[in-house]
Amino acid sequence: MSATTNPSRHAKSRSAQSFLEKTLSGISDALEQALFADEIAGEPGLVQSLDPRVKLIATIAFLLAVSLSHNPLVILGIYLLTLPIAYASHVPLGFYFKRVWVLMPFFTGIVALPALFNIFSPGQPLVTLLALPNFTLSITEPGVITAAFLLLRVGTSVSIGVLLVLTTRWILVLNALRVLRVPQAFVLIMGMTYRYIYLFLHSVNDMFLSRKSRLVGRVSAKEDRQWLGAAMGTMLAKSYDLSDEVYLAMQSRGFRGEAKTMEEPALHQRDWLGLALFLVVAAGFIWLGRQS
Amino acid sequence: MHIPDGYLSPETATVMYLAAAPFWIRASQKIKTLLRGRSVPLLALFSAFSFLIMMLNIPIPNGTTAHAVGTVLAAIVLGPWAAIITTSVALIIQALFFGDGGILNIGANCFNMAVSMAFVGYYLYRWIGGDSPVNSTRRVIAGAIAGYAAINISALLTGIELGLQPILFHNTSGAPLYFPYALNVTLPALLIPHLTLAGLAEALATALPIVWLQRSNPQLLRLTSSPHSAAAVSNATRTLRWGWVAMAAIIIITPIGLLAPGTAWGEWGRDQLSALGLNSIPAGFDRFANLWSAPLSGYDIPALNNPTITYMLSAVVGVVLIFGVIAVLGWGLQHVFGSPRTPAATNEARSS
Repeated sequence: MSATTNPSRHAKSRSAQSFLEKTLSGISDALEQALFADEIAGEPGLVQSLDPRVKLIATIAFLLAVSLSHNPLVILGIYLLTLPIAYASHVPLGFYFKRVWVLMPFFTGIVALPALFNIFSPGQPLVTLLALPNFTLSITEPGVITAAFLLLRVGTSVSIGVLLVLTTRWILVLNALRVLRVPQAFVLIMGMTYRYIYLFLHSVNDMFLSRKSRLVGRVSAKEDRQWLGAAMGTMLAKSYDLSDEVYLAMQSRGFRGEAKTMEEPALHQRDWLGLALFLVVAAGFIWLGRQS
Repeated sequence: MHIPDGYLSPETATVMYLAAAPFWIRASQKIKTLLRGRSVPLLALFSAFSFLIMMLNIPIPNGTTAHAVGTVLAAIVLGPWAAIITTSVALIIQALFFGDGGILNIGANCFNMAVSMAFVGYYLYRWIGGDSPVNSTRRVIAGAIAGYAAINISALLTGIELGLQPILFHNTSGAPLYFPYALNVTLPALLIPHLTLAGLAEALATALPIVWLQRSNPQLLRLTSSPHSAAAVSNATRTLRWGWVAMAAIIIITPIGLLAPGTAWGEWGRDQLSALGLNSIPAGFDRFANLWSAPLSGYDIPALNNPTITYMLSAVVGVVLIFGVIAVLGWGLQHVFGSPRTPAATNEARSS
């Protein structure tokens, strides 16, 4: 970066590069997440040994339990229950915890923050921060309950999702969608999408990295946008051309417009057992959450 | 804009799944007849493309960056039905594997960002683009306006869905169970940034690739244009007219639609049912009504204390804001290009 003394020029060159850097780091995060998930999904853990269909149904049952609960303690209970399950499935607890509770406050935390105060949540004040003749600012009881609901619900839901995708190979999660009556063609499209996302992530990474490595000075915002437009247009044209080639390749392997897959293997006894256990526990939490 | 799990009640999430489902079903039927066997790899590759567009940081004129959704670009190239599928697939993969957007809220997110954006964006592009050649500047501007309008409609829908939560769902002591802020907060909070900066990201993400495609790959912009472009334009105009009707219907039906299943599904507990049916909703509406009228110091205006009217008012303000901006842009466009659009042709061949 040029060591210019002009602050406006400096700011411009920084922002011009930042869109490249932000996108690059987003891409490497996505690839890293996927690789990490693949690694843990291959471990011989508790949840890994269950059929993906069982895990998908259990995930939805627990998400519903979180969603239907009228009691924040029940949601906390569901979260605490996921901890031993994560541990028994070789998910590093530090990661499991950090993934949800370190990043989330930046989004949902900021959203929940104003709800704490009497401005949005009138009610019994717990702490009064500011008391002026005609204005008081205090943290209220309904405010704390509301914020707790939001944070716990979002955090626990994300944790349940993380547990599913960390312990199951992603392509198997997609195949499991068929038990939810998702049409075969959709599952096929999603599987292919998932495969080509990787290819595209790599080529966009290359595109952005080579752009970044060629940049020395500052570039005008207009030039940046032109480049980005060309990058997006190229990707679009590439998607189209590649879909042609993929179609021909599929045809040459006997694809005639209809997706056919192997029969889903039958569930083992331990899968049924796991499914029954998960559903009973989830139903228990739903029942608990509705007692007020 | 991706609504995480926990922001919407399960009742709302179910309604949104039901709202998106007919579009998914119709889209898969349409795609089959339009593209035959080719559709599977084409949709898969464009879904992957759609996923990537959502990852890009678009530099916007104030020096920061924002994300775009990219549905409008896909709709312009492949048509609205295909775009619904490609964006939905990208959103489902994001929700399942990357925690962007909730799994229970896939229906809501797909309705907001795939269904509504595909239709609004596609038909506005066809309508403003008129019968101009695909390599004209008018097409670029049409793309930019379509992207801008579509993302704002999407923000409006998101704002309505979130803003209804505290009105409809709270515990017995009145604390909201899901998203805590009502429409008077959610609508400005979503619409102001989208009407200003975030809307520009979508406009750029739609218009910039069009510029590039016009120069280097114009045939991709001709995929959806019919041989009778006059008929296509009249078709777009007609559809847009229906779009207005649909828009009005959505605004009116949304609170009713969310109320009805609120008491029917998921609220099977005896106490909760009576609480929700008889006490909670009026209490919530009253609270919301007071919040709205407070800044207007308007206890003298009885209409503002009526929750239904305030709800309509806030929705109408949002719609008027968006379409006001579009109308000004469209008017400017007519002056720049001057060419009147082809009068509506009688050709009904393409309508179905």
